[in-house]
Amino acid sequence: MTGAGMAPRELLTDRLMLGLVALVALVLGMPSLKPLFATLFPRLDRPLYEAESFVSLTLDHMALVGLSSLAAILLGGGAGIAVTRPWGREFRGLLETVATMGQTFPPVAVLALAVPVMGFGAEPALIALTLYALLPVVENTVAGLDGVPAAVLDSARGLGMGPAAVLFRVELPLAAPVILAGIRTAVIINVGTAAIASTVGAKTLGLPIIVGLNGSNQAYVIQGALIVAALAVVIDAGFDRLAGWLTRWSQR
Amino acid sequence: MIEFERVTKRFGSWTAVDSVSFTVAEGEFRVLIGPSGSGKSTVLRMINRLIPADEGAIRIDGEDIASLKPEELRRRMGYVIQSVGLFPHWTVERNIATVPGLLGWPKARIRDRVTELLELLNLDPRRYRGAYPHQLSGGQQQRVGVARALAAEPRVLLMDEPFSALDPITRASLQTELSAIHRRTGTTIVFVTHDMDEALRLGDSIAVMDHGRLVQCATPLEILTHPASPLVRDLVGREEWGLKRLAVETVGDRARRQESVTGEPLAAETPLHRALSEMVARGTERLPVVDGDGRPAGVLHLSDLVRPASGGAASSGPAASGTA
Repeated sequence: MTGAGMAPRELLTDRLMLGLVALVALVLGMPSLKPLFATLFPRLDRPLYEAESFVSLTLDHMALVGLSSLAAILLGGGAGIAVTRPWGREFRGLLETVATMGQTFPPVAVLALAVPVMGFGAEPALIALTLYALLPVVENTVAGLDGVPAAVLDSARGLGMGPAAVLFRVELPLAAPVILAGIRTAVIINVGTAAIASTVGAKTLGLPIIVGLNGSNQAYVIQGALIVAALAVVIDAGFDRLAGWLTRWSQR
Repeated sequence: MIEFERVTKRFGSWTAVDSVSFTVAEGEFRVLIGPSGSGKSTVLRMINRLIPADEGAIRIDGEDIASLKPEELRRRMGYVIQSVGLFPHWTVERNIATVPGLLGWPKARIRDRVTELLELLNLDPRRYRGAYPHQLSGGQQQRVGVARALAAEPRVLLMDEPFSALDPITRASLQTELSAIHRRTGTTIVFVTHDMDEALRLGDSIAVMDHGRLVQCATPLEILTHPASPLVRDLVGREEWGLKRLAVETVGDRARRQESVTGEPLAAETPLHRALSEMVARGTERLPVVDGDGRPAGVLHLSDLVRPASGGAASSGPAASGTA
């Protein structure tokens, strides 16, 4: 399904398209909403956040989420695969404990602990977000691989597939929907959590929110939050599309 | 040829297979039968090294399988299991093409082979080639499972209760087709089942296992008439023993060659229990027999069903050979 081939009605009801339109409109058009915010918050001297452009904040926010998610997918997915192999089975309990700790640890605490070591900026944020995204990825990778029917594995081995062929041609494709659901949870959580990373100096869409909270400027808070929400909707809808594509064989 | 020489397999303190020795000849259809936990599936899965043997040697055509790479060994054998295990995310064509693909056959050859196999298993290639497993019935899935196992023309076909989960009608038709495939291809087949009727119907020879040991290995006729132990006798069962006895011989075995009679003829390879059924249905005691080329091959008499013309001892009843 591509945008060009869609009927107008589908365009209006497609979450991904609507979300994208809303996101682009908000990011590019926020400055032109200045009169609106001035009317809504007449007592504010500066009704629009102008220290940074929303375009660059959004791009930095996406880069932080993207990098931390990618790291979590590589680390968490790799570890999830490792503990479901015969040689890594013993480490399964340990991995699940570590991943759970990663998530129960409040991200603010990770940020606070990382700053003295790494200084202010995007690096501590990257670490905190990666740790935070690890659990859903690990859990779903293990659950997805566990869910591959034993008979399918038996016949794959019995027909002469080697361990790598079994993993890449049978296990991962069949576990993909479950693994993807974990990645989706991780990324959506990170879109929200990345905003908090602005407390340690990472440039994200959390900046207007935090500046707004500190200076009692509700307009700033709303501007940052609106774009974060639109970004989350777009990413969620994008995952929906991807999930449908991955399981297209089951829908025939 | 498959040889087991004093093969033992233990799982912890439990001995699943206990010093088992046997030989399966080239082209033979060998059925392994026994109660649950008798070790029959373990024996089967040791042939393609899905389970490694603890002691003893397993040889294929004189070659110790421990000296081969497991993947290469398995690609030379077909493997069919009860729960089928088709790859749900692949089409029927891709499923069947699994082993040829692993062996690196050219695309065109794989495509032709898939067509040939679908036709062999009575699945219309145009309709089923692009279908996914979940779109097929259980019987159709197992047909694809058998086709997938046969794809790379293996010399040995391993089947672990392949038809046990199917309804009786589908099971019977797949049994018939498997017999035909065996006759046509000459593939050596090792077939695990817990169903003695299936074993009697399909096997050239039947190996009965109990508690990890081989109890008896003999032809279906021998198993029926000379069960080596009470277990074998129980597996055969006393119910309809006479019909089972008839089922392991064919019309051609008992026809009187020099005679002739009019009527709709029976093929020489028809099992005798069918001939009996036919006599009852037609209300006659004599049926004409034709050979594979349709030429007259004698007459079958009702009395010959009850008492074979020669080798009378072989037809003795179940009670004659022991304590039953």
